[in-house]
Amino acid sequence: MTWLSKSPWILHYDASSCNGCDIEVLACLSPLYDVERFGIINTGNPKHADVLVITGGINEQNREVVRNLYDQMADPKVVVAVGICASSGGVFRECYNVVGGIDCIIPVDVYVPGCAARPESIIDGIVKALSILEEKKRGTHISQAPRQGAGGLR
Amino acid sequence: MISIMNALIFIVAAPFIGGLVAGIDRKLTARMQGRVGPPILQPFADVGKLFEKKQIVVTPSQHVHTLSYLVFIVASGALFFAGGDLLLVIFAFTLAHLFLVLGAYSSYSPYSFIGAERELIQIIAYEPMIILAAVGMYLVTKSFFVWEIMASELPLILYLPGVFLGFLMVLTIKLRKSPFDLSTSHHAHQEIVKGVTTDFSGPMLGRVEIAHWYENVFLLGFIYLFFAWNPLIAIIAIIVVYLLEILIDNTFSRGTWQFTLKSSWIIAGMMGLVNLGVLYYLSAVVPA
Repeated sequence: MTWLSKSPWILHYDASSCNGCDIEVLACLSPLYDVERFGIINTGNPKHADVLVITGGINEQNREVVRNLYDQMADPKVVVAVGICASSGGVFRECYNVVGGIDCIIPVDVYVPGCAARPESIIDGIVKALSILEEKKRGTHISQAPRQGAGGLR
Repeated sequence: MISIMNALIFIVAAPFIGGLVAGIDRKLTARMQGRVGPPILQPFADVGKLFEKKQIVVTPSQHVHTLSYLVFIVASGALFFAGGDLLLVIFAFTLAHLFLVLGAYSSYSPYSFIGAERELIQIIAYEPMIILAAVGMYLVTKSFFVWEIMASELPLILYLPGVFLGFLMVLTIKLRKSPFDLSTSHHAHQEIVKGVTTDFSGPMLGRVEIAHWYENVFLLGFIYLFFAWNPLIAIIAIIVVYLLEILIDNTFSRGTWQFTLKSSWIIAGMMGLVNLGVLYYLSAVVPA
């Protein structure tokens, strides 16, 4: 048991989401779900964050931004793709400007399904991410390379 | 008498007290917002985690500056609790914050730059009032030494009510509470990301956080001086003041830097200066 899973700070980024999942992510911070109970804080700063929560798919404009945010985070770090668009591109998958899910650009550790993803499943996904964070700290985690399919890295 | 023992106790115990106070602060804040809130010991988990993270160094001089910030905060607090010269304590305290500003300026982030500028404005805003508080204590007790102020039987608060109110005002700035949390904030999301701490990460941020705990304990100790003739009242006063700060934090939104500078100079400075003027006049009229 390390301190990591007791104090996960989150960086929330809206890739090309319709805002549905973002509202649910923010709902987690509201008094009803109150994720600060578990020490989870929403930071606006990648250098302070441990968990990158991304909603929406990658498009041509934000691929550099997502890459940059991920690179600025200090190790150990995990990525949670929230919603079906972040997981695979969703209904926007065939759009001319959409590259695909988040895993086209950076390695994703947890996929949270749903359109929009429910606050309960987002919290569940983040709790799963915390155990991966622990594994990464101990060095027992087997990392995945970014997926190259689905119109991946062009 | 200068007490090295007290200084050592401060160096060892202050992080624990400071962290605990921060934890209670977060819990109460959450309750005021209708939330359950994190565990009381959450700040220790946060700092523990920061030391487990890998260090990202934006520029090597950050190390020197954040370390100097911590060292000078600890030095000024230790000197204060040892009973040293109040003026020296205040100078070391200011120097510590200048290192924080230098640390923020040494990186390349525009957010860090704006944070550094705002931190400087905050220093300009609170510095006169803290010196006025020391001068007020000198006028009453005829000494700048903390141990002599502690030893005097005079109820300082009755001589210095204006100075005390002014000090409370700048205390809001120092504890980084709304409406004066300009340069960086405990609360997530502000317009300049995280201000001065934007480019500090991992262990370096942990260091800044521990320094902030030391700082808070020192500031609460400063309140004690106003009530030093009666320890029980002093401790109650510290608790009441801190609860008031939490209430203010949750009641107000963040103000502008102009508002901070004007209000702290006009209101705090007026109260402090008028208080000192009255004291001076009385000491001239009424022989001791």
